[in-house]
Formats: sequence, structure tokens, C-alpha cells
Amino acid sequence: MLKVRSVESGYGKLKVLTNVSLHVGKGEIVGIIGANGAGKTTLLHTISQVIKPQCGEIRFNDIPITTIAPHKTNSLGCVLVPEGRQVFAPMTVAENLLLGAYSLYKKGKKECVTEELSKVYGLFPVLKQRHAQLAGTLSGGEQQMLAIGRALMAKPLCIMLDEPSMGLAPLVVKEILTAIRTLRDTGTTILIVEQNSKAVLGIADRGYVLETGSIVLEGTAQDLLNNTEVQRAYLGKDYTRINE
Amino acid sequence: MTVHQLSETMSKPDLSQLQIERLQTTLNRVYRNVSFYKHALDEHKIQIDTIRNLADIRNLPLTSKEDLRKSYPYDMFALPLRDVVRIHASSGTTGKPIVVGYSRNDLAHWADLVARELSWAGITDRDVVQIGFAYGLFTGGLGYQDGAEKIGASVIPASNQTAMSDLFTIMKDFKTSALICSPTTALTLARYMRSTGIHPEQLHMKRGIIGSEPWSESVRTEIEETFQIELFDSYGLSEIMGPGVSAECECHCGLHVNEDHFIVEVIDPKTLESLDEGDEGELVFTTITKEAFPLIRYRTGDRGSIIPGPCKCGRTFVRTSRITGRTDDLIMLQGAKVFPLQLLNTVHETKGIAPQCQIIISKTDGADAIEIRVAIESNYEHIDEIKILEKLRTDLGKSVKDRFGIGAKITFMEETTLINENRGKKQPVVIDKRYS
Repeated sequence: MLKVRSVESGYGKLKVLTNVSLHVGKGEIVGIIGANGAGKTTLLHTISQVIKPQCGEIRFNDIPITTIAPHKTNSLGCVLVPEGRQVFAPMTVAENLLLGAYSLYKKGKKECVTEELSKVYGLFPVLKQRHAQLAGTLSGGEQQMLAIGRALMAKPLCIMLDEPSMGLAPLVVKEILTAIRTLRDTGTTILIVEQNSKAVLGIADRGYVLETGSIVLEGTAQDLLNNTEVQRAYLGKDYTRINE
Repeated sequence: MTVHQLSETMSKPDLSQLQIERLQTTLNRVYRNVSFYKHALDEHKIQIDTIRNLADIRNLPLTSKEDLRKSYPYDMFALPLRDVVRIHASSGTTGKPIVVGYSRNDLAHWADLVARELSWAGITDRDVVQIGFAYGLFTGGLGYQDGAEKIGASVIPASNQTAMSDLFTIMKDFKTSALICSPTTALTLARYMRSTGIHPEQLHMKRGIIGSEPWSESVRTEIEETFQIELFDSYGLSEIMGPGVSAECECHCGLHVNEDHFIVEVIDPKTLESLDEGDEGELVFTTITKEAFPLIRYRTGDRGSIIPGPCKCGRTFVRTSRITGRTDDLIMLQGAKVFPLQLLNTVHETKGIAPQCQIIISKTDGADAIEIRVAIESNYEHIDEIKILEKLRTDLGKSVKDRFGIGAKITFMEETTLINENRGKKQPVVIDKRYS
């Protein structure tokens, strides 16, 4: 579904990603793990065309997307849930969700909106309870659910999540991860970028390890969980040896 | 559908995406973790971020057997020893052995790949698999064991049974349905079977997976006819992984390379230029998933070619031809080019002669002379009849003359002496006295 090939990207003269290649197959959950500053967010911004890659190729459903505008990637069905939620605080939950369906309105598929709205309410019942509440007054976890719900309103084929567990309580993280799994089971493809490696590898099918802008490991989630380097660097195992 | 079937029939664009991802990842790791590759890449002024497509692999430096010997024992490892869970080594008959390491994931992939290949040969959890390879530093025994167990077959590690009669007792009583061994072992078993009058119907054998040495079509026919089974060629080498690199499918038209784990190329062994599909040269492999012992463009020294076009079986993995010999042992003799393995094949085809030989090349009165030392099989019925032995000698000499256009002196040796002098090596030992 999504193919990234030999992409280099960054900010002006600062090159952040070096020769990054990855793919996400239809119906897969793919996790990208890496430390702070490894280039995870830059990667998602590059795929969603917020930043244009300096070279390389990105294809979504075999359509090259490196030359198109960011909002067009959204209408192709590749939607980003940004880091830190970024919900529209002064608007209600329902208004936030309806804004996510903007591309459906543009496509003239207004009738789908109610259907999508009820799907989102089904996935996150708390959003239904708080539909009239201002988004800014929601808890962190609820805002994250709202951000994912808003992205789902566009009926995406592939949803990209940037650090969905950031700053959330463990129980809320668990709830969100369960929702992500449910989403996959309903056919949505998911690319998820996380620092919480254990959480993401627990739900992902495959994963990539990004280190200083390059991918240094890839494999099934199980392979990565078994990899001793990943265990030491990202899963906090093997402390006794490090302390020796 | 299992994950395996999905990979085996992957479309070419998907496969090339997977290969480039894994190649780039491997390069990032070897550049950081293996000093040999850091130096080699820096010396050739190759920046790894310029490897953007699979065709760019040609720009990367080659790795030779000599490089691996120099790194003895652990210098080529990309992981610290505490992350290495298994160590194997290649035989060191011509120098220091090459030591290879496996991480936990490497072992899991290895078992997966061997299981995949065995399933191509039709092995299932209902089979009783008898393994004739040595269990030790050599990768054959344990490699096939793990793969066959992964399928769920009942595996008999029968490598320490040296007496033929014991092996046949196991085959009969344990109801062995698949035999995994070297061609020499299979051939010796087949000849024992004929000489002792064991009928294939007394056995339960259905198939054989034969590997670790190159073997000819005539050897295939002889073993298949004697056992009345179907044989599958399997290729691998310890440096790359062991068994599990490539194998024949049911179509028997070349060996499918497990391309989701290895990238295969063919190069001209003299100019080192990459060759096109169909051209014969030296097989070169790059491992793209190995964690502990990754190799970039490793020169195998094995001669073969890439077979163009898809296979009828529907698998999309590229096929290589069967191994036709070694690139480093070509003998130029009396104006003719001879590969020792071709000579060995001629020896194989001569009934009554054990499937091993020693080749001595010398200069007599300024001309090249070749002597082939062979042994009569210990259970050969006419072993005491000088006339018949003389005929064997003339026949073998004639076959060599007909096939290679060279006159060879044939000498008989005791079978045990020959085995000892060859230090157990199945491949012919060549002693070239011309330049000494």
C-alpha cells in the first residue's frame, strides 16, 4: 500500500533522514521505533508531504505522491494523526470530528459522514458522551481518541499515528492500542511511530528501528522483540549487565 | 496461506522493495559494527547512502574467503559474543577455518528457510527424515535437523552410524521416508543396496534431499533408480548460512534462491564484472537478514548461472543453475580445461569404483601428465579378479580420454588409504607437481 524508497529528507541544509526505505502492506500494523531525534516525526511528515523529500520515491497505492500537495495525500486516503493531538480546543468534540470529514464533503460524499461519525462513536464511546463538550476541556487520552477519530472521519485507507501514547497514563495507552488493533481488524492499514517500543511492538505485525535518520533493523515485531540490541536499547532489559 | 507461501510468490516489485530495505539496513549495520566493512567501504570511497537501488549493489566491494580467514575467529561478527547463541565453522583443510555465528533470530530464520526448502521437496509432518550429515562444527547436521523439526517431521540424526548395514536397519525399521545426505553418501548407500540385493520395496523411502557437494545428473539417475525415489538438490554454504540458501522445487529446473534473505549475483571470476542472466560465472551472495554474521557480496567460488524467466511452479524467487564446479580449481592440462569435479563425475559413473579420487599432475619429459588415483569399492564382487580390474582401468581411462581428450594414467589404491589421504574430503584432491 505504502512504499518509501531511498528517501532523504530534512529541514533546509539539515539532513535528517538518510536513504530510508520501508513499506506498509495492506491491512498491516507497522511500527517505527527510535529514540528522540532519530527522525521519526520527520519521516511521517515526509510521507504526508508536509516536508518534501530531497530525493527518493514515495508511492501510495502505486501512485507517486512526492509531487502532490499535502492535502491531496489526505484525499488519496493517507491520513496523519499528528504528535501532541492538536485538536481544535475552542470547538466541540462533534465539530472537531466533522472537520475531519472535510475531504468527504469535497468529494460530494456527504451521506457517508453520519455513518463514519457513528463508527467513530462506536470505537470511542467516550467521544459520544462528550460530543458537545469543548475539545480543550478533554483529558489527554480523550484528546488522543478525538485526534484519531478526526482522522478516521476522512475514511482513510492508511492512518499514520505520531506518538499516540505520548504523555498518557498506562491504562489509557492500553485503551488506545486496543482501539488501533480494532481499526486494523476492520481493514485500515496503520503506520505507527512510537518511543514506547514495547507497546508498539506488542500490537504491530512488523517494525523498523530508526537510528540517527537511518533504518538499522527491520523485521517482524517478534524478531525485533527477540533482538538483544532492541531489548537493551529500547525495551529496558538487561540492566544488570549494563550496571556491571 | 502461510507467511512462507506469501513470500515465495511475492510480486517482483514487492520483492525488490523488500530486498532494498533489507540491503540498506544490513549496510547501515555492517558499516557501524564490522570494522572490515567500514574500512573496505571507506577505502573504495563508497558512501552507503548512495546504494539506492538493487542495481547499485554492483558498486559495493566483494568479500573473499581470504578476507574471512584473516578475520579469524570473530572479527567479522556484527554482534558482540553475548548476543551470539550458536557458532559453526567451515573445515580448515586449506587454511584457518572460517568461524560463523548466529543470533537467536538468525537461528529462527535458518530453521524457517530449511523448513521452506524441505516443504518444496514435499516433506510434511508425516515424514520420517533420516539425516546423514555430521552434527558438529559443520552446518549440515544441525541445519537440516532444525528445519525438519520445524515442519514437524520425525527426525533421525543418523550421522554417527558408519556401518552401511546399520543405516539400512534404521531405514527399514524406523520407516525412513526421506533421506538427507551428501551425494557421496547417497551413492555409496545405493551401491551397497544393489550389491547386497536390498529391494527398494523393503524400504519406505520416498524422497531424498541431497546437498553439500556438486553432483551430476548421472548420479541423480543412479540414486533415483536404485532407491526408486525423487531427489532434490539443495545448496548452501556455512559462510552464508548453511543449508537453506537455495533448493530445487518440484519442477527440478534450477534452484530457487531464498531471495527474501539473500541477494544472488553472478560475476566473471577474472574481471569481477557482473554478468547477465544466463551467463555462467561465480555465484556471489549478499545476506540481507543475518544479524550476527552478515556478508556483503561474498564470492562463493562456485560456478553457476542465473536462469532467466519464471518457474512453472509459480514461485517468483530467481533460480540458479545447479553448481557446475569451482572457479578456483580449473586445471589447464595438455591444452584442455578440466574441472576436477567433472573428472570425479566420470569416476562416479564407472561401476565398481568408489566415488572418490585423487588427481596428480606432473611434468614428464616436458609434457603434462595426469594420474587419477581411485579405489575399488570394498564390496565389489569381482575385487579379486585381475582381468576384470584391468578392464575397469582401461574403461575409466577411455572415458576420460573420450570426454576430456586427455590420456590419464589410472592407479588403484586401497579405499581406506584413499579416504585417509583425502582427509575425508568428498571432493577430489588435486596435487599439482608441475610448478614445485
